[in-house]
Amino acid sequence: MSVVRIPPVLRANVGGSKQIEVAGSTVGELLEGLVAAHPGLRDQLFSADGELNRFVNVYVDGQDVRYLDGKATPVEPRDELVILPAMAGGA
Amino acid sequence: MSAYPDIVSAIGHTPLVEIARMSPKPAVRLFAKLEMANPTGSVKDRVAKALIEDLEATGRLGPDSIILEPTSGNTGIALAMIARRKGYRVALVMPDNITAERRQMADLFGAEVIDSPGALGSNGAVALAKELAAADPRYVMPYQYGNEANPRVHETTTGPEILADCPEIDAFVAGLGTGGTLMGVARYLRRAKPGVRIYAAEPLPGDAVQGLRSLEEGFVPEIFDPGMLDGKYLVSNRDAVAALRELVLREGIFAGPSCGAILVAAVRVAAAMERGTIVTLFPDGGWKYLSAGAFTRDLDEMEADLEGGVSWW
Repeated sequence: MSVVRIPPVLRANVGGSKQIEVAGSTVGELLEGLVAAHPGLRDQLFSADGELNRFVNVYVDGQDVRYLDGKATPVEPRDELVILPAMAGGA
Repeated sequence: MSAYPDIVSAIGHTPLVEIARMSPKPAVRLFAKLEMANPTGSVKDRVAKALIEDLEATGRLGPDSIILEPTSGNTGIALAMIARRKGYRVALVMPDNITAERRQMADLFGAEVIDSPGALGSNGAVALAKELAAADPRYVMPYQYGNEANPRVHETTTGPEILADCPEIDAFVAGLGTGGTLMGVARYLRRAKPGVRIYAAEPLPGDAVQGLRSLEEGFVPEIFDPGMLDGKYLVSNRDAVAALRELVLREGIFAGPSCGAILVAAVRVAAAMERGTIVTLFPDGGWKYLSAGAFTRDLDEMEADLEGGVSWW
C-alpha cells in the first residue's frame, strides 16, 4: 500500500481525508484504485481522453510524473504519491 | 570600465559562482548565477525592465496610466523602482502574507500596494489584478504570467550570460514561478547548446494557501510550456529554508528561500549524474526574509509559517 496525499480542493470527494492508502505498483494503478473507491474524483483527475487534467500535478518521490513515465511510473510501497492543483507561482 | 548612465542600465550581467561545497559528489560541478546582484536585489529587475519597455514600445502608457501587476514581491519591487526612475505610477496586488520587507520596498519606491487574500496564494493576486484592470481603464497590466517579454528577456540576456560564463553546462536548474526564467533560458540553450537538460524546482504549497474552490480555478501560466522541461521537483518550504542555512554556513552566500528550493532540486539532479556541470539560478538575496526568521528561527517552531502562514516565494 502507498500513501496518496489529497489536496484540500479534492477532499470533499474523499470524505475529508488528507491521505488515503491505495494498493498498486504504478501511478496509473494507484489513481485508478483511488477513483474506484471515490468515483467523484474521476472527472476531477482526468480529462475526457483519460489523460491527467492539466490543472492537476502528480508527484512520486517529489518528482512530477509527467517527466517520469506518466501513469506507467513505478511506485514502491514506501513512496508517497502527492496530488496538487496547478497554481500560480510566486513572482 | 565605463559607467552606466542610470540604475536601470545596470540590470543584468550578474556573477556566476561555483558552489563546490554544496555538490554531493566531486565529479559534478555546481554553479549559481547570483541574481541578487541586480539593482533591487532580484532576477525580476530583468523582467520588469522588459515589461515596461514592452508597454512603452506598444504605446500602452498614457498620462493617466497606472501600471498594475500581481506579484509576491520581486517583480513588484523591480517595477516600482524602474517606474520611479522613469516617472510612471505603479500599483501592486500582493498576497497579504508577504514579509514586511517586500511591502516596505514597494512603498519606498512609491508603489501603491493592494492586498489580496494570502489564503489564495499568488492565484488570488492574479485574479484580483485581472478584476481591477477590467474595471478601471487607467490600469495597464503588463502581466508577467502571460507576457512574451518575460521569457524573451531571459532568452536574450540570462541564457547568453550563462553559456558565456559556463560553456561546459550540462544541466540548468531554476525555480518555477511564472516560468519565464525556465522558458527563456531553455529556448536559448536548446538552440545554442542542444542536449542541455532543463529542470524546475517548485514549492510545495501548504494547505493554508490552497484556497481553491475547484480545480477549474487552477492556474498554468500562459507563457509556460511544460514540454520545455526535462524534470520538475517539488520542494517543501522546510527543506528550502534548511538548504538556505547550509548555503550561508558552507558557501557564505546569503540567498532567499526559493534559492534553497532550487539548491535542493540541483542536488537531486547532481545525485542522478555521474559527472558534469550544473548551473542554477538563484533569484534573490536573503534580506527580504529576515523578519520571518528564515535564518534564525527553530524550524519546528515556525512550522505554521512554513506551511503557508508566510509567503516564501
